[in-house]
Amino acid sequence: MTGPTRREMLLLGATAMIPTAAFAQETPQRGGVLTVHFATEQRILNPSLQASTGVYIVGGKIQEALVDLDAQGQPIGVLAESWESAPDGKTHTFHLRRGVTWHDGKPFTSTDVAFTAMEMWKKILNYGTTLQQFLTEVQTPDPHTAVFKYEKPMPQGLLLRALPDLGYVSPKHVYESGDIRQNPANTAPVGTGPFKFVTYERGQHVIADRNPNYWRNGMPYLDRVVWRVIGDRAAAAAQMEAGQILFSPYSSLTIADMQRLGRDPRFEATTRGNEGNVRTNTLEFNFRNPILADIRVRKALAHALNVPFFIENFLGPFAKPGTGPIPSVSTDYYPTEPMPQYGYDVAQANRLLDEAGHRRGAGGVRFNLRLNPAPWGEDIALWSTFIQQSLQQVGVRVEIVRLDAAGFLRTVYNDWNFDLATGWHQYRSDPAVSTTVWYRSGSPRGAPWTNQWGWKDDRIDGIIDAAATEVDPVKRKALYADFVRAAQTELPLWMPIEQIFVSVFNKRIRNAGNNPRWASSSWHDTWLAS
Amino acid sequence: MKVLTLALRRLAASLPTLLLIIAGMFLLLQLAPGDTVDALMAQMGGGDPALAADLRRFYGLDVGVAAQLGRYMMRLITLDLGFSAIYGKPVATVILERLPPTILLMASAQSFAFFFGLVLGVLAARRVNRWPDTLISTLGLIFYATPSFWFGLMAIVVFSVYLQWFPPGGFSDITQSLTGLAAVLDIAKHLVLPTLTLGLIFLAIYLRIMRASMLEVLSLDFVRTARAKGLSETRVVARHVLRNAMLPMVTLIGLQAGTMLGGSVVVESVFALPGLGRLAYESVVQRDLNTLLGIVFVSAILVIVINFLVDILYARLDPRITAGS
Repeated sequence: MTGPTRREMLLLGATAMIPTAAFAQETPQRGGVLTVHFATEQRILNPSLQASTGVYIVGGKIQEALVDLDAQGQPIGVLAESWESAPDGKTHTFHLRRGVTWHDGKPFTSTDVAFTAMEMWKKILNYGTTLQQFLTEVQTPDPHTAVFKYEKPMPQGLLLRALPDLGYVSPKHVYESGDIRQNPANTAPVGTGPFKFVTYERGQHVIADRNPNYWRNGMPYLDRVVWRVIGDRAAAAAQMEAGQILFSPYSSLTIADMQRLGRDPRFEATTRGNEGNVRTNTLEFNFRNPILADIRVRKALAHALNVPFFIENFLGPFAKPGTGPIPSVSTDYYPTEPMPQYGYDVAQANRLLDEAGHRRGAGGVRFNLRLNPAPWGEDIALWSTFIQQSLQQVGVRVEIVRLDAAGFLRTVYNDWNFDLATGWHQYRSDPAVSTTVWYRSGSPRGAPWTNQWGWKDDRIDGIIDAAATEVDPVKRKALYADFVRAAQTELPLWMPIEQIFVSVFNKRIRNAGNNPRWASSSWHDTWLAS
Repeated sequence: MKVLTLALRRLAASLPTLLLIIAGMFLLLQLAPGDTVDALMAQMGGGDPALAADLRRFYGLDVGVAAQLGRYMMRLITLDLGFSAIYGKPVATVILERLPPTILLMASAQSFAFFFGLVLGVLAARRVNRWPDTLISTLGLIFYATPSFWFGLMAIVVFSVYLQWFPPGGFSDITQSLTGLAAVLDIAKHLVLPTLTLGLIFLAIYLRIMRASMLEVLSLDFVRTARAKGLSETRVVARHVLRNAMLPMVTLIGLQAGTMLGGSVVVESVFALPGLGRLAYESVVQRDLNTLLGIVFVSAILVIVINFLVDILYARLDPRITAGS
């Protein structure tokens, strides 16, 4: 039996994240240079060592993963051709593609997979260290078979959903000697992908050329990909208009520019191709402040915020109200029954605050709170100001403390020096990868984007642990519905807005956005119309 | 020989300042919450604390602040600027890579501002309180009051997006590999808009100074003497006034060198130039201490050198000032 079970197939088929636009069949043209906006330079470009969109945008074209997602959002083999899992979920066997070579000419084998899994995914890769913590060994019975052995059951659905992001393979012969973190290949990656690394000029550009020996015959179509480093958002929009860049990924332009370019017939601003990269805006509460430890206060603050108004007037068509920690694009785990929600109701908010014993004092003020907004994204800055002004109307005075990235993470997740915080929760294909850590107690102090609220709920901890090792997809989905209900009832943090990242394409790019993680994917079938 | 001794003396005198600046910067950066591992975590989008502890060891952040400063100073004595956390290579290499665009940009902006500031200043002074003076002074005021990022963006919109005369950013055209004269012309083309953007504010300053200085010198006795000799007005200005009026301008070059390094952060960001200013900004955001201190070190030396050159130039303009005094 290869591939997902029949039941999983049905589930996936019925519910997958489907990119909406259909493409007219055109004959692909060969050649051309695709220029891409590279907004935040990374320290390394190897996606087996760092899981972030800033790395995938470059490294994902040079290195390949075991599996990726196809147009319907289903796992499809890349370096693995097929796979099977033991019923207990402790053994997963991957049959690897034959005849694949690294860019330096050496053959790709199962020892590369075993080395990458044990030395990189399990030890260095962020999110990978958590995902693979119960991986005990990777057996290589022959050069084209890799057998993953787990100490505790690993649901196949979770593994296959996680591997497109956390399953990039690196060449063992390049990395086996010396410190992996200092290997020169970290910024000059060697892979099996459709594009071969050429040069990386810091602060300027990365260049990769067509790999003539690529295993997908006749591909890729493009001659070259150039990533231009442009930090300034407004300048990037101008470069887009001047034709210097053809593609700007992951909402890297200002909201106004994205809407303006979207109306220009030369460009397309769309969430298509980013269905796998959804984020929710958060409102995080510090339970060490006794005012916020009261559930009535947390609910009151939620009721005081008019989310639909904010979305309509500030974020535009690329956002919608969120309903809980699992976003609606995750059709595998998005609960089907309605969950507790906190609609806009100022009277209710005032009533709850009165009940909690916080009467209005001098100047109509009930109490003061400090709000730390994360520095990434214009939407967070707008949302924090909106929170400040909305809460003023129910008698809560909010002081906004703005910090840069390092300062924000340290202050909120390590020093716990905040009352309210707001940022993004990025959903990564499966709640066990990215979401439950925001709710599970016991995260060591200082771990960013985890439960650092000073809040613990044994029931929720139990559900999270059970779901992480539940092999049956139907039972897993039911457990995650219980999780969402409990999270929305206790409200340790609130995720009221759901947004998919926006790509801005020059319309010359064809096959753009044809899978749910297109900006991160390999672009082997991308071509440019003249 | 005399110049060399002077240079060495200058350098020795500035060493304590240099050390103070570096120690001060080091301590100042400790006040900013978070370290380079926090910044890396932000970039990665998460990671567990064991990984963070491992990275802190890797970057040498697992010891106290005093020990870190001590380590840095010891290395600096051997002229080793350390290893850059964000770039994964020696700081000296990183800075050397970024220095040419910044120096090129500063030199061209400085020359542009100096030359046109001088010409416009002289023109305004000769037609003082008449319409050319009013026009030039108003323009100067506008240039001075407009923020350079706005100028930069407007220049991109007009000259790159609409007229398509100049490229909107970058240091060279990377879609084709040029060599020789073509490559030089290509870089020059890329530098036109950044030079104008960075130069305009300084042009305004030079213009005002030149105008005031001209007016002052024109009222001095030796000018009256020159006129009494029967010299033509052009000759009076070119031979007698200009040289004396230029002294404050030259002083300004030295003073503006530092400011220009600061201003280049904005211009380099807007035009996506791989220069020192943007490197400094990135190092602060990423809390990359070694790189930042390296930049401070190199910039300080750059400013010291420019001021030294200005002093020598001074002596040439006005023989009463000797380089030694």
